[in-house]
Amino acid sequence: MKVLVAVKRVIDYNVKARVKSDGSGVDLANVKMSMNPFDEIAVEQAIRMKEAGTVDEVVAVSIGVKQAQETLRTALAMGADRAILVVAADDVHQDIEPLAVAKILKAVVDQEQPGLVLAGKQAIDNDMNATGQMLSALLGWSQGTFASEVAVDGDHAVITREVDGGLQTIKVKMPSIITVDLRLNEPRYASLPNIMKAKKKPMDEKTAADYGVDVTPRLEIIGTAEPAARKAGEIVGSVDELVAKLKEAGAV
Amino acid sequence: MAVLLLAEVTDGELALDATAKAVTAAAKLGEVTALCCGASAASAGEAAAKIAGVTRVLVAEDESLGHRLAESTAALIVSLADDYEHIVAPATTDAKNVMPRVAALLDAMVISDVSGIVDGNTFERPIYAGNAIQTVRSTDAKKIVTIRTSTFDAAGDGGTAPIDTISAVANPGLSEWVEDKLAASDRPELTSAGVVVSGGRGVGSEEDFKLIEALADALGAAIGASRAAVDSGYAPNDWQVGQTGKVVAPALYIAVGISGAIQHLAGMKDSKIIVAINKDEDAPIFQIADYGLVADLFAAVPELTERLK
Amino acid sequence: MDFAPTEEQVAIFDMAYEFGQKHIAPFAAKWEKQETIPKDLWPKVAELGLGGVYVSDDYGGSGLSRLDATMVFEALSMACPSVASMLSIHNMCGGMIDKFGSEETKQKWLPQLCSMEKIFSYCLTEPGSGSDAAALRTRADRTDTGYKLNGNKAFISGGSYSDVYLTMVRTGDVGPRGISAVLVEDGTPGLSFGALEQKMGWRAQPTSQVQFDDCEIPAENLMGEEGRGFTYAMAGLDGGRLNIAASALGGAQFALNTALQYTGERKAFGKTIDQFQALQFRLAAMEIKLQAARVFLRQAAWKLDEKAYDSVKYCAMAKAFVTDVSFEVANDALQLHGGYGYLADYGIEKIVRDLRVHQILEGTNEIMHLIVSRQMIADRG
Repeated sequence: MKVLVAVKRVIDYNVKARVKSDGSGVDLANVKMSMNPFDEIAVEQAIRMKEAGTVDEVVAVSIGVKQAQETLRTALAMGADRAILVVAADDVHQDIEPLAVAKILKAVVDQEQPGLVLAGKQAIDNDMNATGQMLSALLGWSQGTFASEVAVDGDHAVITREVDGGLQTIKVKMPSIITVDLRLNEPRYASLPNIMKAKKKPMDEKTAADYGVDVTPRLEIIGTAEPAARKAGEIVGSVDELVAKLKEAGAV
Repeated sequence: MAVLLLAEVTDGELALDATAKAVTAAAKLGEVTALCCGASAASAGEAAAKIAGVTRVLVAEDESLGHRLAESTAALIVSLADDYEHIVAPATTDAKNVMPRVAALLDAMVISDVSGIVDGNTFERPIYAGNAIQTVRSTDAKKIVTIRTSTFDAAGDGGTAPIDTISAVANPGLSEWVEDKLAASDRPELTSAGVVVSGGRGVGSEEDFKLIEALADALGAAIGASRAAVDSGYAPNDWQVGQTGKVVAPALYIAVGISGAIQHLAGMKDSKIIVAINKDEDAPIFQIADYGLVADLFAAVPELTERLK
Repeated sequence: MDFAPTEEQVAIFDMAYEFGQKHIAPFAAKWEKQETIPKDLWPKVAELGLGGVYVSDDYGGSGLSRLDATMVFEALSMACPSVASMLSIHNMCGGMIDKFGSEETKQKWLPQLCSMEKIFSYCLTEPGSGSDAAALRTRADRTDTGYKLNGNKAFISGGSYSDVYLTMVRTGDVGPRGISAVLVEDGTPGLSFGALEQKMGWRAQPTSQVQFDDCEIPAENLMGEEGRGFTYAMAGLDGGRLNIAASALGGAQFALNTALQYTGERKAFGKTIDQFQALQFRLAAMEIKLQAARVFLRQAAWKLDEKAYDSVKYCAMAKAFVTDVSFEVANDALQLHGGYGYLADYGIEKIVRDLRVHQILEGTNEIMHLIVSRQMIADRG
């Protein structure tokens, strides 16, 4: 079975996002970028499946600016076999919406014919939590979101999902789209030899136009602002008042 | 224009709080039709009909709609979509599973986790884990929206909406439910807990740390401790929050009998809401607390525990 | 001319940094107290190819350049200079064996070195010879089957902890040409260790004297050719100096990062202390020093990779400069922390203690200056 893993280049999770002074978005110039942490878990899952023998090829795909090739290189260094870069934006500040990403991924799936698509459950930049579900809808495939356990067995997969209040286990028909949650695994570090080997692995470069997908955003960004600043603290007079304040703030 | 609200139904019952909060948001967009679906959903439908602001309730009962499997639930919503400009749901994990699928089937972008409604096309939502708030204007004919419930008040009761029963659409048969496991009621892990109650040297003894534990249990919170409390033997090592202990950032952090040495602050200053209870009104912890209570913890903590149970 | 690290170098740095932050930094204080590094760390290190950084992939190594390696050790050292330096010594041994060992020697030792099943220490310094290493006195006398060793080595990082000791011994006459390199395995009769040294820094690495009393080793444990040991030792030191400098730089960068954070949090006289101009000047000075050190270090590493004729001089200059400014920056970071910097909690005083020795070992910084001036005078003619 071939697995397609979708990975996104995002601001490094250790870097604090700062809103640009003109309110047009978050400043991404000269900021350390990395692979979306949830996508790293998806790559790890794919590689483990290959090591276990259930998968014979792992193809990483990224859609965005040209620099996303670094992110794909990371996936290759972790153990993916080859990569497809779909250049869909020139400016690092232009986020390609999940709907357009899903459409491009659908076209890639049509070409590559994988038996499974893995992706992170959401990207830590736009926090949309949508691409996997949308791709699944466009393909008419089953979906298993927020996976913390995945077992593929022939024509179906059993997936444990992290849902509000606990865990849900479902059985889905293959082929399927599975989006992964934090507890699925701990991604490996790329070893030095694999980092060096990654540059020799094949990486195709395409554009959104190659797949005939219009990436014009459906959501126009009106403005981006810092969240309301922390209110100055206050001294409350009694437990009653404290409870009232906490309820008002939605904290209890 | 009309709004279709996917009510949160769990095992046949309405999750009233989440649904009522989403109703408040949805009512800003137009007349709200609440859709209750599941293997059984009639009782949820009745509950939804009583929420003020709901003008109509649709109930769809079918085995394939049980456990809110995304494929069948999305197919049902899409079959109803012609009549609505907005399709809305509370941003629960169930709705987040379903709504992007609905959006893609309608060739529209989903607008997730909306925290503010500017107008029928314009929404505010947090991005970058809440480090920024973005305002977006949708150019889609249909708007598929999930609502961050914590920013809306729940709609009241008193509604008398008519209830119509509708049928499910053909089950695409892509997935089936196996089992649910509710989270164990044990205390959550310190670094990932939504609420943390921490005790300091002011607690005075290992025995009195039970006060902290009782408050934590009342809140479903993890327990933390200052280094001073750990060093004094009141609390085990792995409870320590601070520079040399664990770094936490829960939604609510309650510091009890903690003076607020800079080592401790380093481990919890990113918490969303900080409460400090200390009898020393000059304790540095009050400088960073959102709510400070100058009081004897031995009186205040049991009272607070009782109130929050 | 290009000052940007390559995509691979960025990936190498990031990997080593992330690994260090996760698997070393949280335990650095504990290991220092225990005066040892748990051996179960090393297989995890080796899995990432960090056990044989310079060793060619024929023997299980990663085949990196000296420049690449400075990034590895700078990044790891941001977690703990003591652990990073221990690994750099093991790698220096690997680099020497890979470069100078016979095919048999490489086949025998390098795979276990790369997998870190065996940890290697390097034994050059003696109680009576440090800067004048060529005066070393540990004898290796020929026997029917190999060599019999007698003598003492001092300040050996990993002494009593490591599995193999790459040891410089005297097989011939007085002077550098009488020196050979041999490998002595732990457990060899006649090999023993002094008590653990009580040190100012680098406390996580066990350090002791290594003693040879009629310690017999087989002839095949000769590394390279007899009489060439001093050349090997000096060649190994160039790379070793780069790594000692890189480790100092990483430790200092951690200290500066911590201080920058702290000065934005700590308040005095009603404002955060980073609002005081005197402290702003100090932060800038620290940044300038470390950025200059980094460029200089990488240039020296590049010279060594390119086998530039003046690479020895550049490695010496970089070692002296980088370790000096790194210590200054770490010490300044402690000062910016005030009283808290003096407490163990913030990890700053540990960095200051750890980095002090970087100015002393792998050739003291005074010896570095001698190397530089001798080369200058030789070039003048």
